[in-house]
Amino acid sequence: MYGTGLAKGLMLTLRHFVDSFVDDLRYGLRKYSHATDNFGLRQGTAAKGVITVQYPDEKVAVPERFRFVPFLIVEDEDHPTRSGKDWCTSCGICAKVCPPQCIWIVRGNDPDTGRPVPEPEAFFIDIDICMNCGYCAEYCPFDAIKMDHDYELASYDRTSHHIHDKEKLSKPASYWRDIAPTRAYEEMLVRGTWEHKDAAKEARRGAASARAGSRTQQPQAEVQPAPVVTAETAAAAPAASATAEGATPWSEDDAKREERRRKALERKAKRAARSGG
Amino acid sequence: MVSPAIAPDDVVNAVSIEDSIAYLKSKHPDAVTDDEREGYSGVVVQASKLLEVARAIRDDLGFDYLSSATAVDYLGAGDHMEMVYHAYRTSGGGALVFKAQTERENPEIPSLVPVWRGADFQEREAWDLYGIKFPGHPNLRRILMWEGFHGHPMRKDWREAYYEEEQKPFDNRWPGGHVHRSEEKNVFGKNVTYPSDIDLNRLMDTSESEVYASLGLGVDVERILDKDGFETNELVVNMGPHHPSTHGVFRMVLTVDGETVTSLEPVMGYLHRNHEKIGERNTYLHNIPFTDRLDYISSMGNNHGYVLAVEQLMSLGRKYNPPTYRCEAIRVMMVELSRIVNHLWAIGFWLNDIGAFFTPVLYFIQERERILDFFEAVAGSRMMCNYMRFGGLFGDLPERIKSVSNLTNDRIRDYNTMQFLTEMVNERIPRTIDELEQLLTQNEILLERSIGVGVLSADDAINYSAAGPLLRGSGVAYDVRRADPYSIYPELDFDIAVEQDGDMYARYRVRVTELRESVRILKQILPRLEATEGESIWADGKPGAYAPRVPFGEAYGRVENGKGELGYYVVSAGGRGGSSNPWRYHVRAPSFINLTPMGLMSTGYKVADIVGILGSIDIVLGETDR
Ligand code: SF4
Ligand code: SF4
Repeated sequence: MYGTGLAKGLMLTLRHFVDSFVDDLRYGLRKYSHATDNFGLRQGTAAKGVITVQYPDEKVAVPERFRFVPFLIVEDEDHPTRSGKDWCTSCGICAKVCPPQCIWIVRGNDPDTGRPVPEPEAFFIDIDICMNCGYCAEYCPFDAIKMDHDYELASYDRTSHHIHDKEKLSKPASYWRDIAPTRAYEEMLVRGTWEHKDAAKEARRGAASARAGSRTQQPQAEVQPAPVVTAETAAAAPAASATAEGATPWSEDDAKREERRRKALERKAKRAARSGG
Repeated sequence: MVSPAIAPDDVVNAVSIEDSIAYLKSKHPDAVTDDEREGYSGVVVQASKLLEVARAIRDDLGFDYLSSATAVDYLGAGDHMEMVYHAYRTSGGGALVFKAQTERENPEIPSLVPVWRGADFQEREAWDLYGIKFPGHPNLRRILMWEGFHGHPMRKDWREAYYEEEQKPFDNRWPGGHVHRSEEKNVFGKNVTYPSDIDLNRLMDTSESEVYASLGLGVDVERILDKDGFETNELVVNMGPHHPSTHGVFRMVLTVDGETVTSLEPVMGYLHRNHEKIGERNTYLHNIPFTDRLDYISSMGNNHGYVLAVEQLMSLGRKYNPPTYRCEAIRVMMVELSRIVNHLWAIGFWLNDIGAFFTPVLYFIQERERILDFFEAVAGSRMMCNYMRFGGLFGDLPERIKSVSNLTNDRIRDYNTMQFLTEMVNERIPRTIDELEQLLTQNEILLERSIGVGVLSADDAINYSAAGPLLRGSGVAYDVRRADPYSIYPELDFDIAVEQDGDMYARYRVRVTELRESVRILKQILPRLEATEGESIWADGKPGAYAPRVPFGEAYGRVENGKGELGYYVVSAGGRGGSSNPWRYHVRAPSFINLTPMGLMSTGYKVADIVGILGSIDIVLGETDR
């Protein structure tokens, strides 16, 4: 009969209309909680209806591999030996693999000897040109440049805000472990240490010279291979790996993490105020 | 309807590529020679005999489908221009590659439009970007640049605005890399050059006849305008470049007689950025994220075609490891998921075009959203995936699709990846497709709007080099995944969707069937992923180099993308011992070539149908204009 196809379609529209309310009733106030499984209920494979995330009051947290304008890793302030030091050795690879060529690096020179030192003097990324491809992070041999998760970079003046210099690019190593615990853990496995490659090498050298008298080869505690924890447990319970490794960044307590998060929020607010004004 | 297999329909089609070449050489002994350059294949045909040889290729040997026709400038490497053609049989099999050469000054090669209408836009592009003239072409005008543009930008000696260096990586980025903006070094106004004889005022001229004179549609504006006042019933209508129905900045100039379209000319290039020139400045690796920006609805497929082409070249050298089985399985899964995204999108927006405004498309987008979430968790980006690498991938599937909260009020999630995929493939996507059918397939309004409208016959579809659902909707069971298989498609069980009617509804049906076939493929992929759990995605266990040297030669990598056959013609030449930047990087864009029959498909229908016909072709301007 003419019109049945139409009516069938409209029934479906009606069902879609109802589904969201059914979901609302089914999940009740859990909709407003921020526990892990909730979003999954409403937006995951189990959901029937739709959910509205009230951006910018609420946000969908991005997955670990998400990539946005890169940042440079510097050692945490509380690092015993390398506090505030760049992980970048100014090897130049990221500048070469960058497809739109938006990375500029000035290699540092020792003022006394004039020899190059493994730390960049200046580092610029033009974020207007950056295409967020992630190559710099992927091919950096020192894990010194990483893709950020902070995507709210809009400003009113591109000429003054959109060329990120070293100061603006630098973020502590612990920030990376916060936003991407699983990846940071995998990278640690490849490096064999939570420390920077060079720092680990130096420590090894130091240990070797201290043992110079003795000929027996000692197992090297500083670069011990990965403790037997899965990415899961490491990410979920940082303390577990902390006990395995002693004074690693994982041992820090929650208060400190909170503090850092607060600082990140402040920085963000400041930036917003700057670009807004 | 689904066709189980393609059978060669006559003896001629069974002749192998080698025998075909031998036949051509025996028939035209002085015009056809083997291409003996290292790493090249096919034959070189004397330009003066090209038309005859092409006819023999089509009529005697059965290569009825001209997939790609493109130019290469060998400045400094032989100093000649070359047209490269890839012809296929719609019954399946490999390419017959033939080339014609001409000198760089006053290059001229006979047009192949009389043999394959599909060469029309591609030759116009070669004229526009390389300055090769095609005697015999019915309408040889610029197509991507505007009339009056200075020079032919793909020539090796042409330099773009904000030119820095011939090839990346640029020298000044490291170790003394002080930041600069290109526009500071080369301020606006100095970065464009005009021909010496150009009258800039003419470009401002708004006289109607001049505007339409630069188009080839043969509109006699004078005659139409000559009629007095409102009595005329013939009109010229510009749809676009800013028009919601064109899915981007695209313009169609139509002449209508009352409501009936009497001719239509697509006008494009508004989004042209010379992707190919950028590609030739780039290194091989640099190009992968750029391919994402072609058809930005299905970037996984774009990646796939390009890495296939470069892998073909790399396999000519000694140090090459083909991707592992797990890598291939993940690749196929990703491109099938993006095919689903593409078709849901295409159907949804086509429905918008014919009046089912946004309700259906929003239902489809819910599923697309979940697939994009998955891409984001795996590749790092929802649309600009940049996921495939030469011989591998950016990374294996993560164990969990998970996010951590950085800021207050973050909505976080944490699913098991395989479980998510299983639920998507077995439940959600099939359910969405069922709903789609329930919603629309029998909808009387849809049927009346789309049946018998925008008809393209099978012969025309082949001759105009149509591809993808446009070709299959016209009754030609041609799908690269079956006709010239790549990756692990030969071992997968799926059918080619084909419909005989050639109208908008047939193309819609083809897309729905393809959605189901994609789900069928995905169901076969999941156990393969489980079986290869733990296997590396790299043959030698570690990621590929960032600056591979690619052996000399040419390669044409093609895949069946959502919109049709997507091909990459890549030439490695110049330098010594392999190259680090492609000499030629050409994209055979289905969105671009599928527009060739647009005029033919629209003539005789009503103005209101045009929007739907365009939507049923399914173009994306990032790919059309490149
Ligand atoms: S690749 Fe890494 S170490 Fe090298 S310059 Fe770039 S950020 Fe620094
Ligand atoms: S993300 Fe890509 S474009 Fe951006 S700085 Fe890194 S390499 Fe360059």
